[in-house]
Amino acid sequence: MKKFLIIILFFNLSYTHTYSIEPEEFVQSTVNKASQVLSKNISKEEKMNGLKIIAKETVDIKGIGFYSLGSTRKNLNDNQKKIYFDLFENYFLKSFASRLSEYTNPKIEVQGKKVINKNYTIVNSILISTPDRPEIKIDWRIYTKNSDNPLIRDLIIEGLSLARTQKEEFASILSSNEGNINALFKTLENFTKD
Amino acid sequence: MFRKLIIIVIYIFLLAFHANAGSDGELTLKKDQPKKIKDCFENLNRATFAFNQGLDKALIKPIAKGYKNLPDPIQRGTSNAARNLSNLITIPNNILQGDVKTAIINTGRLVVNTTVGLLGTIDVANKMGFPKYEKEDYGQTLGAWGIGPGCYIVLPVLGPSTIRDTAGSFVNVLGGDPGYNASIHGNNEFLGEGVFIASKALSGIDFRSNNLDSFDNLEKNSIDFYASLRSLYLQDRENKIKNNQRGRIQVIYEDEEDWEEIDNK
Repeated sequence: MKKFLIIILFFNLSYTHTYSIEPEEFVQSTVNKASQVLSKNISKEEKMNGLKIIAKETVDIKGIGFYSLGSTRKNLNDNQKKIYFDLFENYFLKSFASRLSEYTNPKIEVQGKKVINKNYTIVNSILISTPDRPEIKIDWRIYTKNSDNPLIRDLIIEGLSLARTQKEEFASILSSNEGNINALFKTLENFTKD
Repeated sequence: MFRKLIIIVIYIFLLAFHANAGSDGELTLKKDQPKKIKDCFENLNRATFAFNQGLDKALIKPIAKGYKNLPDPIQRGTSNAARNLSNLITIPNNILQGDVKTAIINTGRLVVNTTVGLLGTIDVANKMGFPKYEKEDYGQTLGAWGIGPGCYIVLPVLGPSTIRDTAGSFVNVLGGDPGYNASIHGNNEFLGEGVFIASKALSGIDFRSNNLDSFDNLEKNSIDFYASLRSLYLQDRENKIKNNQRGRIQVIYEDEEDWEEIDNK
């Protein structure tokens, strides 16, 4: 009996370890989870909290944080990096959830994918039109280096990249303040406080 | 002269704020990466941007909100008519970019929609199965010919542009827009300057009313709204010039090696 249990446990572990999810399935399941939250009859704040939990599991927040800093990331010491990532995570989650929480029960249909290389796949989808707005094309840049745990690295809406836009916003704040990272910290802090 | 100036201003406004894109593109890394576009007059641009935001809040946005309350058929008819008129600029630009086939399709679209579609208010061509319409302008043509964007500029009232795109707008009033030529220089009783200016202004209001929520959302969630709009405008123009409907990696990420460096950490 013991042997039997060990074999079961072994198979279970090995199955979990080798299980990988296709990027388009990952996007569809993420969208479905977000849709469930958004269609619930709960307050906007509760919706935002639900979306934040989903984002923490599915978005490479640290990678996007590094990317958004541009070349400045090379000049940060360990302490500054720690401060930055705490601030960035709060900023990102608030901004992400706030943007999405405006939609009520959005319907997103995954249409296809394009494998760029072993690290990246672009998943194509559309946000289905409603009487108030036209159909919107949304492409998802999925980081697939770890196929067991794909992560979202960018949303490209009608050809416009949110990651690039964010990076250019950060660069603008840094350049207006002579590259002073503390100015960016302050801006991120103020955003999350408001 | 003042009228001409108003017309140029309206043209640039429409050019600056219209957002849609072209065909699917291949996704390849490290090829044909765009060069960074300089914001040579940033202080002046930011001051102009602040002025434009004030004007938008005081005048343009309230008008757009009022327009949004009009019955749907009126709004849809106006949108369709404005798009139909834009064919007058798209068709010569299709030809200048060597895309004669699309020029012929768009000419067919213009004829069908202007006649059967009651002056373009009904998009009959779309119902007949014509290919999706993509606007073209002289700024895009200059870009397609390999002319760089020059500096980024924010124009009073009109918003984001580049030196190249502003120059492209001037081509319209130098004979590049048949609609302008017919109404301003043409000797006819049906089309006058007033009709021309009103049609362009209405087109701008129609666009603003369709983007009330998305602009508000973007402003609320930006830590530097000026930089956000600059980035989005420049990305959109790059996509349009390269006719990328969904963006290409080398267009989207100016520095793809940033991601590679992060991946290798």
